[in-house]
Order: sequence, then C-alpha cells, then structure tokens
Amino acid sequence: MGDGNIAWMIVASALVLFMTPGLAFFYGGLVRAKNVISTMMYSFISMALISVVWVVWGYSLAFGSGGSFMGPFIGNFDYLFLDGVVTDPSTAAADLVFVVFQMMFAIITPALITGAFVERFKFSTYMLFIVLWVTLVYAPICHWVWASDGWLFARGALDFAGGTVVHLNAGIAALVAAFLVGKRRNGADGGIVAHNVPYVLLGASILWFGWFGFNAGSGLSANFTAVNAFLVTNTAAAAAALTWLVIGVIHTKKFSAVGAATGAVAGLVAITPASGFVDVAGALAIGVTVSMVCYFVAILMEKSPIDDALAVFGVHGVGGAWGALMTGIFAVEGIGGTAGLIEGNAAIVVEQLIAVLATLAYSGVATFIILKVLDVIPGLGLQEAENIEATGLDANVHGERGYIADGAD
Amino acid sequence: MLKIEAVIRPEMASSIGLLLEEAGVGGYYMTNVTGKGNQKGVEVLTGRGTSTITRAAIPKTLITTVVSDDIKSKVIDVLISGAKSGEEGSIGDGKIFISKIEEVIRIRTKEKGKKAL
Repeated sequence: MGDGNIAWMIVASALVLFMTPGLAFFYGGLVRAKNVISTMMYSFISMALISVVWVVWGYSLAFGSGGSFMGPFIGNFDYLFLDGVVTDPSTAAADLVFVVFQMMFAIITPALITGAFVERFKFSTYMLFIVLWVTLVYAPICHWVWASDGWLFARGALDFAGGTVVHLNAGIAALVAAFLVGKRRNGADGGIVAHNVPYVLLGASILWFGWFGFNAGSGLSANFTAVNAFLVTNTAAAAAALTWLVIGVIHTKKFSAVGAATGAVAGLVAITPASGFVDVAGALAIGVTVSMVCYFVAILMEKSPIDDALAVFGVHGVGGAWGALMTGIFAVEGIGGTAGLIEGNAAIVVEQLIAVLATLAYSGVATFIILKVLDVIPGLGLQEAENIEATGLDANVHGERGYIADGAD
Repeated sequence: MLKIEAVIRPEMASSIGLLLEEAGVGGYYMTNVTGKGNQKGVEVLTGRGTSTITRAAIPKTLITTVVSDDIKSKVIDVLISGAKSGEEGSIGDGKIFISKIEEVIRIRTKEKGKKAL
C-alpha cells in the first residue's frame, strides 16, 4: 500500500470520525433548546458504543468471509476482537488502517438516523438499538457492497463511498423509526423552530470538511481518484447549497441559512456513491438536481403524518437513492473505469436500481423488526413519557441543561 | 420615587440608554423579553427552511429605572422621543408603565431614598 497511502488513510479516518460531532452540532442546532444535549448525545455516544462493537464483532461480521453459502450476505466471526486481521507483517499497516477507516463509517451511520426521532426517543433503548442495528443491518449491507464476496459487489454496483451502505440505509431506517417511535406530542404540529442556527452552520461546515476523508479516502490511496473525489465532492456540495438557497428565496422570500446548510449536506450525500466515478460536470448536475428533489420531498414530508423531525429520510434516504441512480447515469469511464448511461452503458443503471431497492427492502424490514422487539420488552419501549417530552429530555434524562438560566454563574 | 418601566423595540435600546443618562437617571437595567401587544406576530422559518410559521410573541426590550419625582416628565419625554419610530410612530413602538416606590437602599452605605438613586 505504501507509506504515503497509509499516511493519507490515517488522516482520512480521523476526518470521517470528526463528521459525527459535526452531525451532533448540525442536529443539535435544529431542535429546541430543552433537547440540545439529548440530541447531541445520540451522535456522541455512537462514537463510544460503535467503536467497541466494531473491534469486538462488527468488523468481523462486515468483512469476514462468510463461506460459500452465507458469503454473499454476511461475514463470520473469524475476526472477533480483530484476531487474525493482521497476518503478514508486510501488509499489517494496510490491513489495520482499513479496519479503522471502516469503523468511522459504522459510527456515523446510526448517528444519522437519530435526526428522525430526536426530542422523544428513550436513551436507554437507543443505546441498545444502535448496537443491534449496526450488528443486524449495517454489517450485512456493508458486506454486500464492500466485502470481496458480497453479492452487490459481485454484480458490479457502483458505490464509491457509501451512498447505499451509509445514506440510503440510514434514511430508510430513519423513516421506519420515526413512524414506530411516534410523533412528538408537544408542538410538533405548529412547526419547530431551530434554536441555534449558528450550531447548524458549524455542524454543516464540519460535515463538509470531514466528507473529504469520507469520499477522497474511499479509494484507499493518495492518487488521482482521491483528488478527483475531493474535487467533485466539493463541487456537488457547493452546487446543491446554492440550488437549495435559490429555491428557498423563490419559495419563502428568505435566504435561509438552515436551507443552505441542508442543501450542502444533500449534495454531499448524493455525490458520495458517485465521487470515484464522475467528473466535475457530473458533480454539478448531481448537486443541482439533488437539491431540487430533496426540497420537494421536504415539503411533502411536512404534510405527512410521520414526524421525521430533521428530514433524515428526505435528505439521506431520497438524496442517497438519487445519488446512486445518478452515479449510473453520469459515470465516466476515464475516471473510475466504468461507463454510465450517458456513455451508453444502460446496464449499470439497472445494477444501481437493484442496489437501491435491496437496501431499502432489507434495511426497512430489519429496522422495523428490531424496533418492534425493543418496544415490547418490559422496561424499554421507544417513546419517552409525555411529561419528560414536555419539559425536555436534557433535564430529565441527562440531568443537565445546555444553557443555564437560573441567575447563578 | 417612581419606578418607570418601558417596553420598547430592541433596536432602540442602546440609544435610549444614552438619553436616559443625559436626563439625569442614576441607573437602569435592560432585559430581553418576548411578548404580545397590539402588534401582529413575527414570521419565522421552520423545518429545513422550507416553510414559515407565525410566532405570536415578539422580541422586545424592557427598560427598568427608578427615579426621583422631579425628573419624571423629563424621563418620559426622553423615552417617548427615543422609542418612537419616525414622526408618526407605529404599532409596536411599546408602552411606559409608572408606579410608586416605597424605599430605595444602597447596599454599600445603607443610604436611603433619593441619595441612594
């Protein structure tokens, strides 16, 4: 792998980890002040929980070879406690940095889901939920797409940095979770106003920054593919932020900062699967179109009975699916070795569609079952009690408040 | 002694502070408040900046000061001239409330009444 590549992958891993606290600020700013700690802790605790899960059994399930029967679908337990990952001293650094890099993806994916059920999901149940979800939903889908014996990998579906594994997967899980956890009882109908828009901009900026590790690191090398991924990632984020801002001005007459930040994230989501395969023209097209699609979906979702509080399905689910399909359309053979629809390869769009539908179906059903089981276990349950929801999760669940206002310093 | 409380537009607050000092006011404090008078609510964006809702409560500044009776009219003139928007004024400029104060005591010296102001 080479010292230069190893060095870049160590940095890229740290960049991807930094996205999770970025997400905490992004989501934390969008909720009400009484739930800012609760919302940020959903993301922060994923860094602690999933880090442990990953080194104990998560990596093994995602990247172990499952044998000829289960191999296409899930790994085995050969690498428990990472035992056996490093065998040859000459490739030890490369083997281990791959474990580290992939760990950061497993951490942020369940954190992305939390935007759907902020301000009401029980924290105890939540911690159990993401352990089960990473084990039973994330690890298998990760195996399908990125393990050398995964079935989607074998079919040749294009997912450079995790459009299906991370974003579509989290997006559909978010929709199911928002539905099962139930609506916020207090004020959700009148429209929740973001309590700290500077947090939202800070969080979106950290996400944008960390995404360079996410996408430009996904080629596992410091080469042309990585630099191109960096460039198209930035281009798509910029185009999508501008597009959302402009649609917003036409629609509401205001230059919404939350809107621009959301557009940037939608662009980053959509370019994720494409970033190793498209050029700048493709990135511009993906950035502009994803904001148009996601803005429309965001308005539709406001009228829906499902309280997906921070539009996770609209941005990550729909944006992830859109990005996967656009990858099939705009892929350039000269960039990533695979031609897309525009270059005459219609078959790849079918493969992209199969990957999207398989992820939607499996993640949707498996998430539904996990939450249903957690809901009926005595002492767990999904939604906090009404009085806790009304007075805020921060003081009741965490014993802390984001902003002290009792007159003392 | 009188307590004078004025609910005003926040953007008028800093200039009114200077005017009050010129009028001989010994001290005052300002509080950020939200509330509802005759003015209609304020429009704010909700969701991902994709729609607007109307919030009934509007941000205002509450200025509180205690003065001796002899500068009452001067202070009221200053508050009105400083808080009124334009020549005609407009709905939302605010209100002034005046009440009697029984006693004022300076903590450091225990001085009472007008000397403590």
